[in-house]
Amino acid sequence: MSEIEERRRDFLKCMAWAGTGALFAFNGGIGSSIGLDQALAAPLRRTTATPFTFVQLSDSHIGFNKPPNADARATFREAIAKVKALPIQPDFIIHTGDVSQLSRDEEFDDAEQMLKATGLPVFFVPGEHDMLDPDGGKAFLNRFGKGSKGAGWYSFDHKGVHFVALVNVADLKPGGMGNLGAEQLKWLAADLAGRPSSTPIVVFAHIPLWTVYADWGWGTDDAAEALKLLARFGSVTVLNGHIHQITQKVEGRIAFHTARSTAFPQPAPGTAPSPGPLKVPAEQLHSMLGITDAMFVRGHDRIALIDSTLTT
Amino acid sequence: MTRAFKILTFQGSVLLAGILTMSVVADMAKAAPAPPAAAVTIGNFTFKAPVLTVKAGTTVTWTNGDDIPHTVVSKDGVFRSKVLDTGDHFSFTFAKAGQFGYFCSLHPHMTGTIIVKA
Repeated sequence: MSEIEERRRDFLKCMAWAGTGALFAFNGGIGSSIGLDQALAAPLRRTTATPFTFVQLSDSHIGFNKPPNADARATFREAIAKVKALPIQPDFIIHTGDVSQLSRDEEFDDAEQMLKATGLPVFFVPGEHDMLDPDGGKAFLNRFGKGSKGAGWYSFDHKGVHFVALVNVADLKPGGMGNLGAEQLKWLAADLAGRPSSTPIVVFAHIPLWTVYADWGWGTDDAAEALKLLARFGSVTVLNGHIHQITQKVEGRIAFHTARSTAFPQPAPGTAPSPGPLKVPAEQLHSMLGITDAMFVRGHDRIALIDSTLTT
Repeated sequence: MTRAFKILTFQGSVLLAGILTMSVVADMAKAAPAPPAAAVTIGNFTFKAPVLTVKAGTTVTWTNGDDIPHTVVSKDGVFRSKVLDTGDHFSFTFAKAGQFGYFCSLHPHMTGTIIVKA
């Protein structure tokens, strides 16, 4: 094999693990998700109910250019190419934050242009990296948060499913973790009030809405108040990013799921001195190829999440 | 330091020559001592001197050694850095005595305190 070919193969391997996204399918209120690569290989089976799908992309960190990824733009472009290649096109994309590395206009602009190539609507929530302009998040909101409230929260309905976009990266408190704040919680209570408990709910926010690892700030201080409001609903799916790895948990009728980044992986909780980028050696990339699948399975009234990786 | 030394040397020669008035010499004497400085490195998502005690008038400089951006933000609104990318630094001069808690507004579990003594 020529050196160039080897480099190309390594590059593609890198793409395979970094250029990820998750595809979600709704079928009569039951959510399921599979990895994009798997979706490409095995199209979703049609059922009697009309399914719809959407894709979650997260933590694109456009502008990141350090080990283990010298070009986060390239890996994001790869993730988007996978979305475009899906045999069943999703109805829309959600981006769960850290669109940019440093909230620079050119970073936001590049992300926007790349996403436009899908021709799909995209719904955003900001990550803490999107709040770094001098006005503390206005650059993001002006571009991606039109019509949103407060720091960028909003909701919408799609084919019987209620989607709620929450912001937990604004006005963070010293010593704390993610934060929703009283104003947003009040809005959430009003937003959910009057909706039948049978309405499937999807909540998305950047930082996990449950405490994955407090020492690294991987949680949201006042998430419990939001979850209390969601507890009466029969099917709630919470989608987050921030930690650049798949984690899942089911609590009552609420299924939690975090997505991989399209830019770089982060260490598992407590396995490194800090949550900084996991500098994966090239020879270990192989074991991290592909993307992690997540499948939502509902049995009785409970939704469980089962994850698997493409390498297994 | 080099600049301060030059000023001192210059001041000394001025005194010996006796050319300038006393008031001018007094002004120069005030400017002469090197301003006290201290440094806080940011690494592994921590401030590498979580509690730092300095004398009033000290300029503290924070430098980000992580490959992820951070900020240095006073809990009481006394100072606030722009985003510090890798290698970027931020300085603030603590003129008055007191206790100044601060944190990283991106990763708020990162906290530190500067204690300023008169």
